[in-house]
Amino acid sequence: MNIVVLVKQVPDSGTERKLDPADNTVARATADNVINEMDEYAIEEALTLREAHGGEVTVLTVGPDTAKDAIRKALSMGADKAVHVSDPAMHGACAPQTSAVIAAALGQLEYDLVLCGAESTDGQVSVMPALLAERLGIPQLSGARKLTVEGSTARIERQTDGGYWELEAALPAIVSTWDTINEPRYPSFKGIMAAKKKPVEVRTLAELGLDPSTIGLGTATSQVLDFAGRPPKGEGVKVPDEGDGADKLVGYLVAQKIV
Amino acid sequence: MAEVLVPVELDPAGTGVRKTTLEALTLARVLGEPSAVVLGAPGTAASVRNVLAEYGAAKVYVAESPDIDDFLVAPKAEVLAQLVAGKSPAAVVIPSSAEGKEIAGRLAIKTGSGFLTDVTDVTADGTATQVAFAGSTIVHSTVTVGTPIYTVRGNSITPEPAPADAVEETVAVQVSEAAKATKVVQRVVEQKSDRPELTEASIVVSGGRGVASAENFSVIEGLADSLGAAVGASRAAVDSGFYPHSFQVGQTGKTVSPQLYIAVGISGAIQHRAGMQTSKTIVAVNKDPEAPIFELADFGVVGDLNTVVPAATEQITARKG
Ligand SMILES: Cc1cc2nc3c(=O)[nH]c(=O)nc-3n(C[C@H](O)[C@H](O)[C@H](O)COP(=O)(O)OP(=O)(O)OC[C@H]3O[C@@H](n4cnc5c(N)ncnc54)[C@H](O)[C@@H]3O)c2cc1C
Ligand SMILES: Nc1ncnc2c1ncn2[C@@H]1O[C@H](COP(=O)(O)O)[C@@H](O)[C@H]1O
Repeated sequence: MNIVVLVKQVPDSGTERKLDPADNTVARATADNVINEMDEYAIEEALTLREAHGGEVTVLTVGPDTAKDAIRKALSMGADKAVHVSDPAMHGACAPQTSAVIAAALGQLEYDLVLCGAESTDGQVSVMPALLAERLGIPQLSGARKLTVEGSTARIERQTDGGYWELEAALPAIVSTWDTINEPRYPSFKGIMAAKKKPVEVRTLAELGLDPSTIGLGTATSQVLDFAGRPPKGEGVKVPDEGDGADKLVGYLVAQKIV
Repeated sequence: MAEVLVPVELDPAGTGVRKTTLEALTLARVLGEPSAVVLGAPGTAASVRNVLAEYGAAKVYVAESPDIDDFLVAPKAEVLAQLVAGKSPAAVVIPSSAEGKEIAGRLAIKTGSGFLTDVTDVTADGTATQVAFAGSTIVHSTVTVGTPIYTVRGNSITPEPAPADAVEETVAVQVSEAAKATKVVQRVVEQKSDRPELTEASIVVSGGRGVASAENFSVIEGLADSLGAAVGASRAAVDSGFYPHSFQVGQTGKTVSPQLYIAVGISGAIQHRAGMQTSKTIVAVNKDPEAPIFELADFGVVGDLNTVVPAATEQITARKG
C-alpha cells in the first residue's frame, strides 16, 4: 500500500508568532519553525500501516526552503522518500491555492491513501482534507481517532463532541488524524542517519504544470487587510487564600452578578 | 436587500438548531437578509422553522433527503453550490464546527470563491475580524474572489431575535454519486451528559494537572454543576487520563469563549490560552502565585484547589438554595 503523508512546517506554537507588517503574511523566515504537531500522528499512522501492508511512505510538503527540516524529521521517523514543492511564487498563498498545489503534486504520485494532520497550528483551518477531496474527487475521512484498512476499504472513527462517527470509504481516500490516534515514535539514531540518504525531490510550480502567476499573495482568494496585537487586559486582582479563599471567590462571582 | 445563505446546524437529535445557527443568523443580518438552509433528513424543517423565523430568516430553503445524513459533508456542499448558482447570494455564513468548516472549504472550491474561517465579527462591506496565534493577534481580512464564505466562531456573536417570515421554498435534492463517497455507518454517543456543550456554554470550569487524579475531577464537576457550567480540561489533565479528550481546551482541543472561564490547577501555557483567551471573564485558582494563568485572570485566588473549590461550591449551592 502506497501512502502519501502531507506535512507542513509551522512556527512553533510555544513561541511568540507574528505576522509580517510588510505584507500581512505569517512571518516564517524569522520564526522558530517546527513540524506541525498533528502531522506527526499522520506519519506514525502511515508507518504502522506500512508495517502491516507493505508499500512505501512518501512525504509531501508545500513550503519554503526551511520546510526541508520538517521533511528531514519525517524521514528520520521512517518515511521512505519526499517531495518538496518550493517556489517563491507561493508566498502568501491562500488555502484553496495551496490545495491546488498539493493536488497537482499528488497527481504525479501513486497512492492508495493520503494522510494528513487534522489541523495546522498556524492557520488552524482544518480544511485541507475537504479541499483536497473536492479537488481530487476522492473520499474524505477526516478527523480520525482510529483508522483501519481492509482490502480496498478504509474505515475511521471520526472524533465528535462526546463520541464518534463511524465512516467508511473506498480507497484511494484522504484521512486526517487527531492526536488521539496513536503515539508518534521518536526518530532513532539509525533513523536520523538513514534520513540523510533518502531521496527528496524538489519541484517548482511550473514542474507541476501550474502557472505561477495564478498562485500567491497577488491572486489569493482572501487577503489580510491589517492586524494588531490583542489589547492587553486590565490588571487583574490576585488574592491569597487565608482560609477565606472561597469567600473571596464567591464574593467576586456575586459582584459580577454571576451568582 | 441582498440574500445571505445560512446553512443550519442541527442539534445532535436533529430536532432543533444549535446556538451556533442563531449566532450565524445574527451575523448574517449585517451582510443582508438571511435565508436559512435546512439540510437534513425528511421532516427536519418543520421542527426548526419557528426558531429560524424568530432569528431573522426571511426564507427557509428546505433541502431534505436521507442522502444528506447518510454521507459525510459532500452532499451538503453540493446542495449549497446549487443554491449559490441559482440565487447569487451576497455571502454564505456557516457555523464554525468541524463540519461547518469542511462545508465551507468544499463550497469554496465548487464556486471558485474564497472563505474565511472562525470569524468573530463582520462589517457591512464584508470585512471580517479573526483571532490568530492563540488569541494574541486580531486580524481583519476580506474575501477577494467569488461569493464570500464565512464560518462564525462559536460564542463570538450574541444571538438577537429579529422576527421574519421564514417563507419556505423546497429545494429538489439530487445528490450525485461522487458526493456519496464517504458513508456515515453510525453515529455513536459515548458520554451522555446533562451539562451544556463545551463550546456553547456561557460558563466553563476547567481542571488541569493540579487536580491530580480522575477521581478528584469530581471537585471540578461539583463547581461546574453549581454554576450550570460545562467542564473542560487542560491537555496535561487529558494526557494523564483524568478526563476524556473531547473536553480538552486549547490549541489541540476546543476553543471556548464563554462569559466566565474558571481555570483550576492550570498553569496557563500558551497552548492552553489559545483555547480560552477570548473568554469575557477569567478566574483562576492555583497554589503557585507565579503561575502564568494569573497574568490573564481578572480574578485569581492563590491557594489549594482542594480546599477553595469545594467550599466555594458549597456556598454557591447554598445561595441558590
Ligand atoms: C503543539 C502543542 C499543543 C498543545 N495543545 C494544548 C491544548 O490544546 N490544551 C492545553 O491545555 N495544553 C496544550 N499543550 C500543552 C501545554 O503546553 C501545557 O503543557 C499544558 O497546558 C499544561 O497543563 P496544566 O496547566 O494542567 O499542567 P501544569 O503546567 O503542570 O500546571 C498545573 C498547575 O496546577 C497547579 N496546582 C498543582 N496542584 C494544585 C493544587 N492542589 N491547588 C491549586 N493549584 C495546584 C500548579 O501550580 C500548576 O500551575 C500543547 C503543547 C504543545 C507542544
Ligand atoms: N503547505 C502544506 N504542505 C503540506 N501539507 C499541508 C500544507 N498545508 C496543510 N497541510 C496538511 O493539511 C493538514 C491540515 O491543515 P489546515 O487545513 O491548514 O489546518 C495539515 O496538518 C497538513 O497535514
